[in-house]
Amino acid sequence: MHIAVCMKQVPDSAQIRVHPVTNTIMRQGVPTIINPYDLFALEEALRLRDKFGGEVTVLTMGPPMAEDSLRKALTFGADRAVLLTDRFFAGSDTLATSFALSAALEKIAAEFGETPIVFTGKQTIDGDTAQVGPGIAKRLGLNQLTYVSRIAEVDQAGQTITVERRAEGGVQLLQTRLPVLITMLEGTNEIRRGSLADAYRAASAKLVSWNAADAGIVDLAKCGLRGSPTIVKKVFAPQARAEAARMLAVEDGAEAVMTEIFVRQPALEAELMRFASGQ
Amino acid sequence: MIEEKFDAIVVGAGASGNACAYTMAKLGLKVLQLERGEYPGSKNVQGAILYADALEKIIPDFRDDAPLERHIVEQRQWTMTDSAHVGMHFRSEEFNEDRPNRYTIVRAQFDKWFSRKVREAGVTLLCETTVTELLRNNSGAVIGVRTDRADGVAFANIVVLAEGVNGLVGQRAGLRDVVTPESVALAVKEMHFLPREVIEERFNLKGNEGVVIEAMGTITKGMTGTAFLYTNAESISVGIGCLVSDFQGTGQTPYGLLEAFKNHPSIKSLLAGSECKEYAAHLIPEGGYKAIPQLYGDGWLVVGDAGQFVNAVHREGSNLAMTTGRIAGETIAWLKVRRDAATAANLSEYQRRLDASFVMKDLKKYKNIPDFLHKSGAHLFGLYPRLIAQAAQTWFRVDGKDKRAKESEIIKSFTRSRSLSGLLGDAFKLARAWR
Ligand SMILES: Cc1cc2nc3c(=O)[nH]c(=O)nc-3n(C[C@H](O)[C@H](O)[C@H](O)COP(=O)(O)OP(=O)(O)OC[C@H]3O[C@@H](n4cnc5c(N)ncnc54)[C@H](O)[C@@H]3O)c2cc1C
Repeated sequence: MHIAVCMKQVPDSAQIRVHPVTNTIMRQGVPTIINPYDLFALEEALRLRDKFGGEVTVLTMGPPMAEDSLRKALTFGADRAVLLTDRFFAGSDTLATSFALSAALEKIAAEFGETPIVFTGKQTIDGDTAQVGPGIAKRLGLNQLTYVSRIAEVDQAGQTITVERRAEGGVQLLQTRLPVLITMLEGTNEIRRGSLADAYRAASAKLVSWNAADAGIVDLAKCGLRGSPTIVKKVFAPQARAEAARMLAVEDGAEAVMTEIFVRQPALEAELMRFASGQ
Repeated sequence: MIEEKFDAIVVGAGASGNACAYTMAKLGLKVLQLERGEYPGSKNVQGAILYADALEKIIPDFRDDAPLERHIVEQRQWTMTDSAHVGMHFRSEEFNEDRPNRYTIVRAQFDKWFSRKVREAGVTLLCETTVTELLRNNSGAVIGVRTDRADGVAFANIVVLAEGVNGLVGQRAGLRDVVTPESVALAVKEMHFLPREVIEERFNLKGNEGVVIEAMGTITKGMTGTAFLYTNAESISVGIGCLVSDFQGTGQTPYGLLEAFKNHPSIKSLLAGSECKEYAAHLIPEGGYKAIPQLYGDGWLVVGDAGQFVNAVHREGSNLAMTTGRIAGETIAWLKVRRDAATAANLSEYQRRLDASFVMKDLKKYKNIPDFLHKSGAHLFGLYPRLIAQAAQTWFRVDGKDKRAKESEIIKSFTRSRSLSGLLGDAFKLARAWR
């Protein structure tokens, strides 16, 4: 079975510094890592490969230095790494990202074989949207299984997959037809340590590197900043506040809670009213 | 297991390992480098002063893209008491030269850069891979390494131990003794962030100029050790270290010393308003010439801190690491060209080349200093700083006392605290050790 895993290289959020004077994020010197959620997806893919045979291809869209993350994925035991990199992709939001990744996934299927299972992490630690996985599923017409905590069974002959999915109030046991897109939940497995041969192969491997044209993308208007309707208005470091969280002794429901809040935060009420009236 | 056999395996990606791997790769050798850290530099600690000369001999145009913080234009040597410091400062416009001689660096960034050069030269580097054991053949010659990864065996004609001060791999293989508490210092350091302009104003700097403060005195509470403060571009490195045996003997803690040093009135104002973002601790070999272990044998040799190559008097370490790494690399490549095997007999060429270099000459020159410091430490790091500060205080205070009386007061303060023969004895011993 050929399995694709989409990963992202992200700044290590544990090591991001906020400039003491300008209050902006200091990116310089902040180490980058594989988005931690993606490692659960990668490990799950490697386990399926070990069980059923086949290959795992990791895909990332990013600047050339995202190569580091791909090599790391190879160190863990992935078989092939594809870097999707082009200045046309700069400034992509989740819509543009899922567009570009979908194109690359189609190309991967064409070049290296169909991928009945595509994995992504649950979300990224720098964007936190959890939109890219479902976006890919929609674009490629894959059944989507989000927040998966366990893969119970893959029936290759019957072309079905059964998984456990964590949902509010319990665990769902879901079965669907392949091909699927799975977003893995964190804490569901632990990324392995590759062998010495894996590490050596990773260090000396030649990566597949595609630009937009290589990935068969014609419509550049759907890429990067141009293809991204999301607008970031402002990035700021929140000021530390003096007041602490408080428990309110209110019995009867949401309305009373809101009243309590508005008593303490009159400005908020005005703001919400403005927002509600569409001004 | 890695199927291919290498010309050399280098254990460690610090200054010495990088210098050695780079040199060999540039001379056409097939090199595998193994580093236990997540990335090169993640485990390495240094003040850090970079001495240009040693690196220039390896990468002549390193200034083009190496992450250098500031070049040093001013050196301050301080003798400190709890409330004062007596300083000797040397600042020269001539340090603003085209190819400055000393720079401050941040090791984590510098090592990453150096490692990139090493990989570009053709070395295969595997991180997060710890060498656990040397592999030997029936006659005892080293033929490869075992690592902590699954199927973790790799083979080479020679293994270069660039594993740093602890030398655990060499020690486990019985190639060297355990490092003793008397021969290593434990140093702690912090990085304090400050805006560029504040650093420049505070230390009277412009552009990329930098200042170094090296300090000794009662700040180490009678223990053998020194403290430092270096200006980086947007941060200050501050640290202190003492012999491990002294820490053991006194029960003092390294962080306690550092806290006191940072709060010393002469230092505190230099750090005011800064934000501490990094805390590190590391050992430094201080045993000097007499502590150098056997440096080579059948199929192996040692470079850098693992060989105790640190000149504690001049606070030089990374340059000795790079130089021994380079010389080892050149020797190994030279043997390959001659089709000579990496036997102990042939590798004695390494020792010969080292002996002819400044590395061994300097270490030999100071071979008695560690003993001297060990025996006279209490006076050097307690009594004398106090006397010197007291003398300065007496000398500079204008209080109606005549100058001759002041002179004799100063002299008396010295002879009262330490007999004349004691003073002369210390001076004589120091002179002899220094020779
Ligand atoms: C606080 C402090 C300040 C200093 N200041 C200065 C200064 O200003 N100027 C100066 O020139 N020198 C200074 N030094 C000394 C200098 O840092 C060292 O001399 C130099 O780093 C030695 O280089 P090395 O390559 O031998 O060892 P290291 O830089 O220690 O590198 C050894 C490497 O080997 C790796 N390793 C160890 N064991 C294994 C294993 N089994 N398998 C795989 N990898 C392994 C380690 O992770 C490490 O990366 C300072 C040292 C300290 C502690």
